Amino acid sequence: MDKPEVATELFVLLSAVLFTLGSMGVLLRRNAILIFMSIELMLNSANLALVAFARQWNQSDAHLMVFFVMTVAAAEVAVGLALIVTIYRTKQSTDVDDLHALQG
Amino acid sequence: MQLETTGVSLTSVTLFAPMVGFFILLFLTKLSDERIKWGALITSLMTLGFSILLLAQFKSDEIGLQSEHIAEWIPTFGIYYHVGIDGISIWLVMLTTFIMPLAILISFNMIHERIRLYYLFMLLIEFAMLGVFVAQDMFLFYVFWELTLVPMYFLIGIWGGDERRYAAVKFFLYTMAGSILMLLAILWLGNEAGTFDVKVITEMVQSGVLSFSTDTERLLFLGFFLAFAIKVPLWPLHSWLPDAHVQAPTAGSIILAGILLKLGTYGLIRFNLGFFPNASADFAPWIAALAVIGIIYGAWVAYAQTDVKKLVAYTSVSHLGFVVLGIFSLTSSGVQGAVLQMVNHGISTGGLFALVGILYDRRHTKAINAFGGIWKVMPLFSGIALVISLSSMGLPSMNGFVGEFTILLGSASSDVLNIWFTAVATLGVILAAVYTLFMFNKVFMGPLDKKENQELEDLTWSKNWTELGALVPLVIMIFVIGLYPSPFFELMDGSVGDLVNFVNSVAVAGK
Amino acid sequence: MEGFYSAVSLVVIVPLVGMLINLFFGKKLGEKGAGFIAVGASAFAFVIALTLWATLVNQDYAPAIVNAPLIHSWISVPSAGIDIPWQFRVDTLSVTMMLVVTGVGTLIHIYATGYMHGDERFPRFFVYMNLFLVFMLILVSGNNLLVMFVGWEGVGLCSFLLIGFWFDKPGKHPKEGTVGWSNSNAARKAFIVNRIGDFGLLMGIFLTFWTFGTLDYYKPNEVIHLHHDDAPPPVFAVEGLEAEGEHAEATVTEGEHGGAEAAHGESEIHGIFTQAELWFEEGNHHVKFGSIDLDFDVVITLITLFFLLGATGKSAQIPLFVWLPDAMAGPTPVSALIHAATMVTAGIYMMVRSNSFFYNADLTSFVVTIVGISTALAAGFMALGQWDIKKVLAYSTVSQLGFMVAAVGLGAYAAAMFHLVTHAFFKALLFLGSGSVIHAMEHGHHHAHEHGHGHDDEHDEHDEEHHDDHEFDPQDMRNMGGLAGKMRLTYITYLIGALALAGIFPLAGFWSKDEILADAFTIGFDEGELKGYLALAVLITAAAMTAFYTWRQICLVFYGKPRTAAAEHAPESVSAMTTPLAILAVGALLVGFMNVPNGIPLLGWLFEGIFGEHRFTLFLEESVIHAHAGDFNAVLALLATGIALGAMYAAHAIYGSKAMPMPMEKDPLEDGQFQPLFALSNAKLYWDEAYFKYIVYPFQGAARFLANTIDWDFWHNFVHDRIIGQGFQGAADVISQPIDRQVVDKGFMSLATGVLAAGSRLRKTQTGYVRTYALSLMMGALLVIVIILLPTLRDLLGI
Repeated sequence: MDKPEVATELFVLLSAVLFTLGSMGVLLRRNAILIFMSIELMLNSANLALVAFARQWNQSDAHLMVFFVMTVAAAEVAVGLALIVTIYRTKQSTDVDDLHALQG
Repeated sequence: MQLETTGVSLTSVTLFAPMVGFFILLFLTKLSDERIKWGALITSLMTLGFSILLLAQFKSDEIGLQSEHIAEWIPTFGIYYHVGIDGISIWLVMLTTFIMPLAILISFNMIHERIRLYYLFMLLIEFAMLGVFVAQDMFLFYVFWELTLVPMYFLIGIWGGDERRYAAVKFFLYTMAGSILMLLAILWLGNEAGTFDVKVITEMVQSGVLSFSTDTERLLFLGFFLAFAIKVPLWPLHSWLPDAHVQAPTAGSIILAGILLKLGTYGLIRFNLGFFPNASADFAPWIAALAVIGIIYGAWVAYAQTDVKKLVAYTSVSHLGFVVLGIFSLTSSGVQGAVLQMVNHGISTGGLFALVGILYDRRHTKAINAFGGIWKVMPLFSGIALVISLSSMGLPSMNGFVGEFTILLGSASSDVLNIWFTAVATLGVILAAVYTLFMFNKVFMGPLDKKENQELEDLTWSKNWTELGALVPLVIMIFVIGLYPSPFFELMDGSVGDLVNFVNSVAVAGK
Repeated sequence: MEGFYSAVSLVVIVPLVGMLINLFFGKKLGEKGAGFIAVGASAFAFVIALTLWATLVNQDYAPAIVNAPLIHSWISVPSAGIDIPWQFRVDTLSVTMMLVVTGVGTLIHIYATGYMHGDERFPRFFVYMNLFLVFMLILVSGNNLLVMFVGWEGVGLCSFLLIGFWFDKPGKHPKEGTVGWSNSNAARKAFIVNRIGDFGLLMGIFLTFWTFGTLDYYKPNEVIHLHHDDAPPPVFAVEGLEAEGEHAEATVTEGEHGGAEAAHGESEIHGIFTQAELWFEEGNHHVKFGSIDLDFDVVITLITLFFLLGATGKSAQIPLFVWLPDAMAGPTPVSALIHAATMVTAGIYMMVRSNSFFYNADLTSFVVTIVGISTALAAGFMALGQWDIKKVLAYSTVSQLGFMVAAVGLGAYAAAMFHLVTHAFFKALLFLGSGSVIHAMEHGHHHAHEHGHGHDDEHDEHDEEHHDDHEFDPQDMRNMGGLAGKMRLTYITYLIGALALAGIFPLAGFWSKDEILADAFTIGFDEGELKGYLALAVLITAAAMTAFYTWRQICLVFYGKPRTAAAEHAPESVSAMTTPLAILAVGALLVGFMNVPNGIPLLGWLFEGIFGEHRFTLFLEESVIHAHAGDFNAVLALLATGIALGAMYAAHAIYGSKAMPMPMEKDPLEDGQFQPLFALSNAKLYWDEAYFKYIVYPFQGAARFLANTIDWDFWHNFVHDRIIGQGFQGAADVISQPIDRQVVDKGFMSLATGVLAAGSRLRKTQTGYVRTYALSLMMGALLVIVIILLPTLRDLLGI
């Protein structure tokens, strides 16, 4: 082994930090685009964890999942951005707090 | 019981042909009215084409089903999609595919509201009626049987006359009441036999594998019989008929009289005779008595009507009485005459309703007294009316006579009926002349003394080709069947002969 | 030579083609073209009929059975043993009828081109006329009962169409005056009354089929079974049917014939008539109808009685004759062709054709005789008091048909056919003559109206006054008079026809009527049968009446002075009309000679030498098995002629010797002691009124009662709508109000309100803010994680 082995725990830790950042972003931010980006962050943190575990167990199953997640994320972006654009057109705002038509 | 599945057959193709048009009209929502009409017409003509192919490849020397198509449907309960034709159903399929294009054609200039929906229902009812005639599984039969009610209910209820709702509901409930009993009988019989397949049950009954106690057989017989008798309608269960006919739109009446009523008589042959020979023979004199009463009663009552359409409606009670008499004579001649008479009645009574519809379209009345002398202004129309009326009253060399004669000959030589049935039924021939000529006389002959009538325009190819196009094929068929009915008998001879032999060997010989 | 026999199909097809041409192109062809086509078709058919006759003579009168072209079988149900082919039969009987139909038919067609001139539906008229020929020829040439029935009903249809040809023309009604419906109603009446007869014929056909297993008269290759002839003529088949060398011998199977089944075997070999002959000869035959076992005699009696009912309809006999006088509403050529010469004789033809049945059915023969003679008498009586020139002829036709039917009943089939043929000539002549008169009267009426106002003729003025207030009737004999001078040719021909009808020597009617009387005499006095005496007495009376009303008509129409302006100005008819009159007059003079009996005193050598004895009877005998020649009875002939002459003299004394009053309103008989009798005759014995009172009105009333009260009010409205429909609704109300509303509905409603209340509280949780949802999502996820990790945590914490 040329390069020193990085412990899996570190990857997981990083992943947890990123996930927490992402979830905080989703919860605290009000701009839809930023929320969206936070979601991406969460997804990628999950990816990181998956890749890390894959490396540890030397199995490619998790890679498969990663690709799935990436594909889904891409599709989500496409649909999500389109929705945001449409919402912006009608509401002149991307603030999610303005969108509370479902209030009971 | 397992059935071997088969590939798609021409029967299935014919059956589903109307649905192709149905879905096209259903999904292409932006079609213009003109295209919708033509789409429906072409679909029905295509169906006619398939049925002609079916007829062409029909082998008259084979007894039993042909062009079968068996596929799994609800295997858990032994219910199959099983269709096929024999010498009896082929003619009813032909009748359906022949009448439908004409009914669609005559609607071209008569229906102006909700056109797409109307033609959708027309195609749906064609599908349902074809299904009844080709279904060889009792459950499938029942589904199609009930399916015929829905489009007819709406045809009457939406495009009908002033009291259309009342008539539509009455029609639906009355016939539904009978069907429920049939459903019970079907379930019971399916349970007894372990299968719902008509062919299998017929074979089981014929080979003696399946036999019932006398009471069971009679109850099952009555379960089926009541549903069919209401549909026919057999006297005294005819009360829904005048309402439905008078209120239905022209094409609705044509379909109702031309084809729908035959579902009942077809069922009598297929199920009551085919499954319950003993009960058939036991009940034959009683049913024949009802039929003969219907012949006289229908004709007599028709004579006193003041509304043309109602008059024609009551003649159906009389004519269908002949058919039922032929069926329950339990003779080959009687049953074959009955099958032919079903076709004949479809042609001639369908034609009569078409004529009444054309008149109504122009004069907006159906009262007999409102007319008179219109032969003068509408010679072509009146000439066609004459031919169709005469066909309906059974003039020899026209189709009605062949059917009636064969039926009466059958009932005269029946082992279960005595000669009085024939004698009284033959009196119906006189009464048929009485009411037909009464109608013809009052409407077409006499002085042309009413102003509205003087302005009536005759049919011409350039102006009313749809009406003429609907009537002329009927006139042609009237003479074809009247002069040369042998091919018709030839094709059904095997199937009917087989059925009648079986019934007689079991029931009549057993006495 | 067999080839010529197959031309019989053409006899039917040629008029059919003519009819189709006129149907589709009549309007374009115009009067000339349409008339030419129709007359041509009829004449062509006549030529073919002549060819067939020549072929028959050439072939030793051997009958032949010919299949129709293209469609051989008609109703064929193999599994039921039914096989009814489209087959024609050429034998002396059918050819005789064909000749009469096409021959007289052609003349009447020619006449009609003149008579119908100017009618707006001229081509349509000839369509119907040719169609009539088609059906009439099918009737007479069919080889089985059902093909005959096609023609039988078909001619009824044509009769209906032609009577109703002027369906909107106002006509006279005895009570309501001039009404527009009379022609259409007359047409309908004819059809319906005929249908009553058709019911009988149909029943007869069913029984025949049941008994014999076939409807064919004779089968191809069959040896006709003859009683009195030792050399039966061979029958051979033409076209399609193989003429087998060996003729199946008329084998009689031993023992029991088990009804239809046994008949089935024989039905392959023998037609109905041969079977009947064989079974009669064999005797003691039984027919089984299901459980009923009937003697063959009884069956034949039933069949023939049903046939008789058919004949009373078509041939206008008591009780079904009532349609024929009304049928005069049709154009006169129609009356001549259909209601005098041809269609009404179909019943006679049918009975003669079935002579094998009738000959052996004693009871039926007696009934037939009674029907015939009572009709002859009653109709003769009714003819005495008629004013309408055509009504007189109509009742006369009924009466003469009665003569023929009586002859059938007496077993004098040849005499019946002979009278049929002669009657066709002289009655067609009389009808056409009356048409000529009516036509002239109409012209005269128009003429008088156009020019007559300035006329100084006194009776003219008077007439104007008298008739202006009601419709002028060109058929009323009271309006005629003195036409002999105006219409020379019509008068002479009419006179010949009248004398022939009255049975004056040596015209046609004399020979044929005498033949019937002679047969009645033989049956009565030689064989001592009751029907013979009865027939002789009644028929001589009827013959006297015939002579009386005939001469009354001649006097009223042609003699004396013109009684109206119309009669004054009546012109002779055009040559298209008079030529057929002349030809028919020659016929009425001569046709009688074709059946001159043997043994006529004095003149015998002349007639017999030239015309031969009983030519026609011998000709008929070839196909009518029981035909036989009657013996000439000089005393009877003299007696009958004397009585006829006496009646004519009496008529002349009453109507011809002195001038009739002008205007004429009353018959001279109405003043004298004969007044009640005349009134009775004029009212047609109140026959129609009785039918209306006892049959038609009750039928209509019953129909209305059945339709309105029973079917609609009771069954439809009361039982269905009221009891079932409203009862259902009532039950539904009970279920819906107290039960459904109060119990079920309330229960479910409270459940629903509870849910609603809970919902309105719960919905407060829905803020609509994304972050709230995200937070709750997150909290949820955390919760799930905690729950999942709880055991591990517990382990870690060591709890």
